[in-house]
This record gives sequence, C-alpha cells and structure tokens, in this order.
Amino acid sequence: MDIEFEPITGKYFTLDVADKSYRIYMEESGAGIPLLCLHTAGSDARQFRHILCDKDITSQFRVIAFDMPWHGKSNPPENFQTTEYKLTVDGYKSVVTSFITALGLDKPVVMGCSMGGRIVCHLALENPSHYRAMIALEGADNLSPYYDLDWLHRPDVHGGEIQAAFVSSQVAPQSPSHFRHETLWHYMQGGPGIFKGDLHFYWLDGDFDKVSGKIDTSLCPIYLMSGEYDCSCTPERMFATAHRIRGSKPILMEGMGHFPMSENPALFKQYLMPVLKDIVDR
Amino acid sequence: MYHLELTGLDSLVNADPALVHRGRWVDLTFILGVGDIDYLITIQQGKIIKISQRKLQTTTGCFSIRAEASSWRKHWQKIPQRDYHDIFAMLAKGLIKIDGDLLPLMQNLQYFKDLISKNRES
Repeated sequence: MDIEFEPITGKYFTLDVADKSYRIYMEESGAGIPLLCLHTAGSDARQFRHILCDKDITSQFRVIAFDMPWHGKSNPPENFQTTEYKLTVDGYKSVVTSFITALGLDKPVVMGCSMGGRIVCHLALENPSHYRAMIALEGADNLSPYYDLDWLHRPDVHGGEIQAAFVSSQVAPQSPSHFRHETLWHYMQGGPGIFKGDLHFYWLDGDFDKVSGKIDTSLCPIYLMSGEYDCSCTPERMFATAHRIRGSKPILMEGMGHFPMSENPALFKQYLMPVLKDIVDR
Repeated sequence: MYHLELTGLDSLVNADPALVHRGRWVDLTFILGVGDIDYLITIQQGKIIKISQRKLQTTTGCFSIRAEASSWRKHWQKIPQRDYHDIFAMLAKGLIKIDGDLLPLMQNLQYFKDLISKNRES
C-alpha cells in the first residue's frame, strides 16, 4: 500500500523557561522565513496542520507550531499536581521568547490566534525589532468576559464537553462541518483547568489597550485579522485595536469565526496569502 | 420554516437519534422565553415529551433562556447573521437572558444549543 505521508515533522525537546523545564512537542514543515504559529487558549498546535501542509506557504516559509506547556503533547512541569495552572502576560512571553531563542529563529514572523493573537502584540510592544512581522488572528487589545470561568473546571461539569460547547459559539455557521467538529475535538481534549488558566491571560491579564498605541509598526508590521462571526474578538474590537495601533493593517474575514486556520482552511488561505506576500515583499 | 410557537420542535428533536443520545441524561423542564411568552419544555432522557405555554407563575422550570421574538427569528434563519448564530453569541451581545439553576444547562450545553437551533429553517 502506498502511503502519502503529510510533510510535517514532529519533534520533542526540553525547553527551559525561567526556573522550569518543559518537555515540548513541536511540528515543522518547509524552509525559508521562520513562521511561528501559536495556538488558541485550551487547544494545541494541531490547529495549524493545514498551514504546515500547504506548499504555497512552506515553499517560502519554515512553518513551526508547538504545543504550549500543559497543552497537547507538551508536558506540564514537574510537580504540576500541586499547582493551579494560570497563564499570565509575562509567563506567556517567556515561553514564546525562550522557544524562539532555543531554536535560533532569526526575526521570525509570529502568527498567533486568540490568546496567541494577543501575545504577538505584547511581544511586538516589547521588542519590535526582533520580529519580521506579527499576524494577530482574533487578538484584540481589549476584551470583555461574558461567562464565569469557574464553569470550566469543576467536578460536576465535564471539562472537555463544556469547553467545546462554549467555543462552538465562535465557529461560523458557514464553516465546513467536519472542520468545525475537528476544531471542537481539540477543545474536548484539553487537561483539567487548562482552558480556564489560559482564559486568565486572555480575559483578565492580557488587556493592553492603554499601551497598544506604543507599538512601533515601522519596526514590526502588525496585521490584525478577525472573523465576522467571532463573538469574542469581534470585528468591532479588532478595528478599535487597529485604530490604537497606528500603522497596523486590519483585515475582516467575512464568513469566518474565531478559528480561521482550523475551521475553514480554504477560506483562510484566501485572506492569509496576500498578507504573507506583503511580508515577503517588504 | 421555523415556528415562533415552537410547533413541531418536539418531533424534530425526537427524530434526531444523535441529539437524543447526547441528551440521554437530561430529565427536566426548562423555560424558553420568546418575547412575552414563556414555553415550558419538558424533557425525558433526551426526548421532548411536552411543550406548553406557561400560564401560571407557579408552574416553572429549572432554568430559563429568554430573548425577544425578533432575536429568535434571526437565530432561526437558515444561515443566521453574526451575533445571532448561537445562544452564547447572543449572550455575549446581550441579546439573551439566562437564569435559574444553570448546572444542568452547563452539564449539557451543546445538547440545549442544538435542541433550540432545531427550530432553524432547513
């Protein structure tokens, strides 16, 4: 039987971040400009499998996606059983910058979605010259919670089921059913309390609307991309963020929800390719 | 065509074996409010066994989900416009009110989302 393997290579390594070590799982494909992809809260790097398999992208970019500590096939740290997971701005920045340093990535493009879309702006604010460009998918600088995070981690509610049920509201109704449910499947598989801990960053610790105007887009171009059906990082919030980040480029993705790379890869490609071309041409 | 009076919702739900299976642990009555009218929807093992208009305040349900009739009209379009496409998207936009004992709702959230959206235009 002939097997058509996907062009993705998966690897494990130990990443030191501050005083902790994590066994990290990463996937990569292609060669060229480093394009580092950051998954959403409560999910993992499988969300980017279509980007990793797209020759139009991997012919120009070395696409890399990794599972954050505590997510997917990456481990939590030793003695995790005695701690409550809670992602913070500083902790998240440390993981991403440590990963970039460990791999020796030179001026990568970083594309993050949701919480990943927020952290790329934090990184650009701190060290704009370290990055070739930032693509913030569904990542506004000011968000507003609309449900109580305690529902996500309690013994009488199934965490996987409620995580998927919560985020199903953020998938566009036009997205293909099998990709909708693959996206939700990732949410059903998160560790106990991990989505909740990520949302601490996403909703409670990550707002940066007071300082987003200080991002220097002449040093690090910022592309903000939001789906029409995203009820969290709404198009209105994306445009408000773009207004504050002078020189950033807002792109509304019609017929799209909160998970463009996994819920509707073909439609997302139509919006992403001009952005990547713009980055290559700079 | 959807019915604001929820006519036929029970048949649509009960004829969907995957949905009934998802709700197999659900045994309760909840309130679905459509504008000024409250409907009591009684479920046993995932099947709707009764839908009735609430006439007395002393007849109630475990929890309630209420929105304006105009909002439900938009929710039940074949392809709903954004903010109306899911009851939690409606919640985020302030278009819906939920109240009561939310535990069974949260324990079976996708079931209740799918049950309500069954009234959508096919």
